[in-house]
Amino acid sequence: MNLVTFSGPPSSGKTSVILKTIQAIRQKGQKVGVVKFDCLYTEDDILYEKAGVPVKKGLSGALCPDHFFVSNIEEVVQWGIQNQLDILITESAGLCNRCSPHIKDIKAVCVIDNLSGMNTPKKIGPMLKAADIVVITKGDIVSQAEREVFSSRVSSVNAKAIVMHVNGLTGQGAFELSTLLEEKEQQINSVKGLELRFSMPSALCSYCLGEKRIGEEYQMGNVRKIEIGD
Amino acid sequence: MITKSIVEQMTILELYSKYPFVLSYFENNKLNITGHENKKVQEYKEQFEEHELEEWAIDLSKLEEELAEYINQMLSFLGEEQEQSVSSLTILPGKDKTGIPETFQEFVIQKSDIIAIVGPTGSGKSRLLADIEWTAKGDTPTGRSILINGQEADNKWRFSGSNKLVAQLSQNMNFVIDLTVGEFIELHAKSRLVENPEQVVKRIVEAANYLAGEKFKYDTPVTSLSGGQSRALMIADTAILSTSPIVLIDEIENAGIDRKKALKLLVGEEKIVLMATHDPTLALMAKKRIVIKNGGISKIIETSEEEKKILIKLEEMDEKIQSLRADLRAGEYVKGDF
Repeated sequence: MNLVTFSGPPSSGKTSVILKTIQAIRQKGQKVGVVKFDCLYTEDDILYEKAGVPVKKGLSGALCPDHFFVSNIEEVVQWGIQNQLDILITESAGLCNRCSPHIKDIKAVCVIDNLSGMNTPKKIGPMLKAADIVVITKGDIVSQAEREVFSSRVSSVNAKAIVMHVNGLTGQGAFELSTLLEEKEQQINSVKGLELRFSMPSALCSYCLGEKRIGEEYQMGNVRKIEIGD
Repeated sequence: MITKSIVEQMTILELYSKYPFVLSYFENNKLNITGHENKKVQEYKEQFEEHELEEWAIDLSKLEEELAEYINQMLSFLGEEQEQSVSSLTILPGKDKTGIPETFQEFVIQKSDIIAIVGPTGSGKSRLLADIEWTAKGDTPTGRSILINGQEADNKWRFSGSNKLVAQLSQNMNFVIDLTVGEFIELHAKSRLVENPEQVVKRIVEAANYLAGEKFKYDTPVTSLSGGQSRALMIADTAILSTSPIVLIDEIENAGIDRKKALKLLVGEEKIVLMATHDPTLALMAKKRIVIKNGGISKIIETSEEEKKILIKLEEMDEKIQSLRADLRAGEYVKGDF
């Protein structure tokens, strides 16, 4: 089985891009499944089900979605193998821009959209910088000039990535993306022992453990303060 | 080719004196180099403490490699421009949705050609454009192949973010950035590393105003341009500043812009122009038109002499309508010979 991790800011078009890409992969007779990771709520699993794609969803709730992702990835991979998938896609929303869900030697795709602002490529951390393929969406509603500036900014933070434009509504570009996801030589049976490309955002303070009260005396553990100065 | 080991030998000062654009690499990666100019990259890396890297999610492990990659990309991007490398595009036949082979032998489009693409919605116009954009090598659902300058296309057209083969202009595109016209074009010019951004900005604004029914200024915010002005600015900017040698126009509305001048501007900049349109004035301005049916190219029609006569009539009608618009805009009674 091939594993591909898709991530990107909320509402950047991950699900639409994945659905269109799956259509193209299936035409080659391959079986694709998806695991959707989200925080509080998602109905995207229904969209996948409607499209006849085997799907699992995981909601991280009060936990950091990134940590939740990495704590469950091996189980998810085993589910994919049991279901005899050719390709398993994990989809996770990067909610804090410091997310780092990509795994060494596993194909990593980051989806970002043209509407998110010219400085967005600068703001996103390892999720974008460590991706192998960067998919830029919503190109049909912005000017050619903005598309060019945006993609040049993406290239300046991740020069090695393949940068592609995919339209999640019409599927333009999805076939082309699909040809890049399959890797015959990179079959996996497990992700045990593999490593993340970059450490995940860390936190262990009293608020992680459910503290609600505000004030210095309630802050314990890994706490950092803004330098306000004079 | 710049390699990792060349980068390793150079100080930061040497790097940016030789390749000024690396400054934007450092800036976009939030790497502050002030005060470290005389350090080699390796020494520069050493001054970061581990918790700092972790905190700000900076990955320096491959900095030299990535810098080398970035420099190579930018150099090839700059080199590309001087070469003006695409002089022709060739479409080799594939098959339609039912698998029936397309009947044309090969279709060669030269730079400065205008070609229209016609056919009902869902007939496969987008697929043809996608084949061109992806420089298909018989590996797309249609089985078509695309040649550049008569030869199999380089893979850079597929994979590089800044070297896209096709620039697109369509009806529902907008400016979403909150800048003035001048600032915005300058931003684009800088991302393209042009040598004299001020001059280019001036040229584009002039060209856009030449196309637009109503004039606008440098300090007009792009988001407050009218539909016609936006289209004019997008076309002028794409003609003059876009790297893409092929421009795809997906239906341009008639209002507020002189479409004939717009096409002239594009072909004057040696672009190949493809238009998906059913507007007779636009379609007949093309030298040839590709007819798409059931996913395949069913025929290629050359604009006939009779059609060219019709075009002249159409243009006269267009002109009349434009002058009525101008009258309305100026707050006058409309006049004209009807």
